[in-house]
Parts: sequence; C-alpha cells; structure tokens
Amino acid sequence: MKNILKDLNKAFENKIRLAIMSALLVNDYLDFNSLKELLDVTDGNLASHLKSLETKNYVSFKKEFLNRKSHTKYSATEEGKLAFKLHIKAIEKLLK
Amino acid sequence: MNQEKYLQDLAEIKEMMNRSSRFISLSGLSGVSAGIIALIGAYAAYETVYNNQNYFDYRHASITQESILQLVLIAALTLVGAVGTGIYFTTRESKKRKQKIWDTQSKRLLINLAIPLFTGGFLSLILIREGLIGLVAPITLIFYGLALVNASKYTLGELRSLGILEIILGLVGCVYIGYGLVFWAIGFGILHIAYGLVMHFKYQQA
Repeated sequence: MKNILKDLNKAFENKIRLAIMSALLVNDYLDFNSLKELLDVTDGNLASHLKSLETKNYVSFKKEFLNRKSHTKYSATEEGKLAFKLHIKAIEKLLK
Repeated sequence: MNQEKYLQDLAEIKEMMNRSSRFISLSGLSGVSAGIIALIGAYAAYETVYNNQNYFDYRHASITQESILQLVLIAALTLVGAVGTGIYFTTRESKKRKQKIWDTQSKRLLINLAIPLFTGGFLSLILIREGLIGLVAPITLIFYGLALVNASKYTLGELRSLGILEIILGLVGCVYIGYGLVFWAIGFGILHIAYGLVMHFKYQQA
C-alpha cells in the first residue's frame, strides 16, 4: 500500500492538470488555444496550471511565429509522461 | 481511500485522451446518406455503360466519347452529393457534441484521409487515359479502403474495419472486372449504409 501511494502524484490531483497531461500524452504537441478549447477553461487558469507543470519539468513549450503571431506549442516531457503513467497505474492498483 | 474520485479521474483521463486525439463527431447518418447517393450514382452509371445488355451477366462495358462525359458528370454529382450531405450531418453532430468542426483533430483526420484518396484518384485518371476503364471501380475501392484504415487512427476506430472490407472488395473486384460496378455499389453503397446505421445506433442513440 505504501508503494502505491508513493506513485500517486500530487501534481496530478487537480482536474485541470490531469486533463492537460492526458491530452499531451496522446498528442505530440498542442498549442495554447487548442488546449484552452479542449479543457474549456480561461486563459489565466490554463496558464497558471501549465506554469506549475513546467516548474515540475513535466511540460515543455516552444514558441514559434506563424504569420507574425506568436504560437506556443506545449508538449509533455519524457519525465512528465513517465510520472503520469505511474500515476495512472497507481490509481488502477488502488481500485483493484 | 476515496474510490469514487479515482474512478472519476480515470474516466476523465480516458475521455480527454479520446477527445484530444480523435475527431469523434463523425455522424453515422452521413454514412447512410453517402451510401444511398452512391447507389443512385451506380445505377445511373450502369444505365449509361451497359445500355441494352442483360442484367447480372458478365459483360463488357461499352464506352463512347459521349458516355465518358456523362460518366464524369455522374461521378462528380455523386461525389458532391455524398461529401455535401456528409458535411451537413457531421456539422450537426459536432454542434451537439460541442466539438468544433474545423480543429486540430478534424484537420489531421482529413489530411490522413486525403493522401491515399488523392493517390487513388490520380491513378484512376491515368487508367482512364490508358483505356483501362475496367480497373477504375476496384482501384477506387482499394484506395478508399486504404484511406479509411489510415484515417481511423484519428477518428472512431470502427472506420478501420470498414476500410479493410473495402480493400478486400476492391481486390476481389480486380479479379472479376466485368462486375466492377456491382462491387463498387456494394462497397460504396451498401457497406456505407450498413456501417452508418451501426454507428448511428451505437453512438447517437446511446
């Protein structure tokens, strides 16, 4: 039981962060607006959750310029993918 | 432990993975309408090509300059009708699901559908030019099937089995070239209608 609880990740306890990681796990990258539409959240809300995932080094981003407009592409880091998969496994074990 | 919460978390993870990577608003009804239009188109083409010959016998297509023009017109009308009603029903469905019709997911779906589809289209034009008209019907089935298999990763997974059926039908059609139009009508008409009805009752009525 203790081992399972160790893999449960506090970073993914929040619904929005959980959704961000789910979406980024199955997409190579998503831009800010696509994420916003998918999650149906406000700019500020999304930005702050992305920021907290960035500081954990679970999410990385790349700024690009498309038609002179900045365009930020977010993707999950290898570390983030691993942590998220462990988190899902831990939930599944708990439910057994 | 809060079991309810974790169950809900898992459900949400799954839902978000699906919604973010696949275009799920593909309407079953668009399959039905495309199938019906394909059958009408096939019948019109049949009347044009097999003028005054026996039904359901092995036969040769008789194609004159005039009937080629007529066939191209029938093909164009069929395509516009099928795609048009498909877009109509899918737009309706995506409004219901609050998914945008033109987003990352639908773009990715269309690009992956288009690559094999246009390849097959150009190959068909080349075959017509070379006078190999009998091969056109099965070749369109094969490439349409390949397009569906390729695109199924980005939409409802069931599209994959429809694609495989179309490919098999196309390959068999290549052997029985005289029945090309019959196979074409089964593939684009009947399979679409059957698939559309299955999807409609599975996803829309649930």
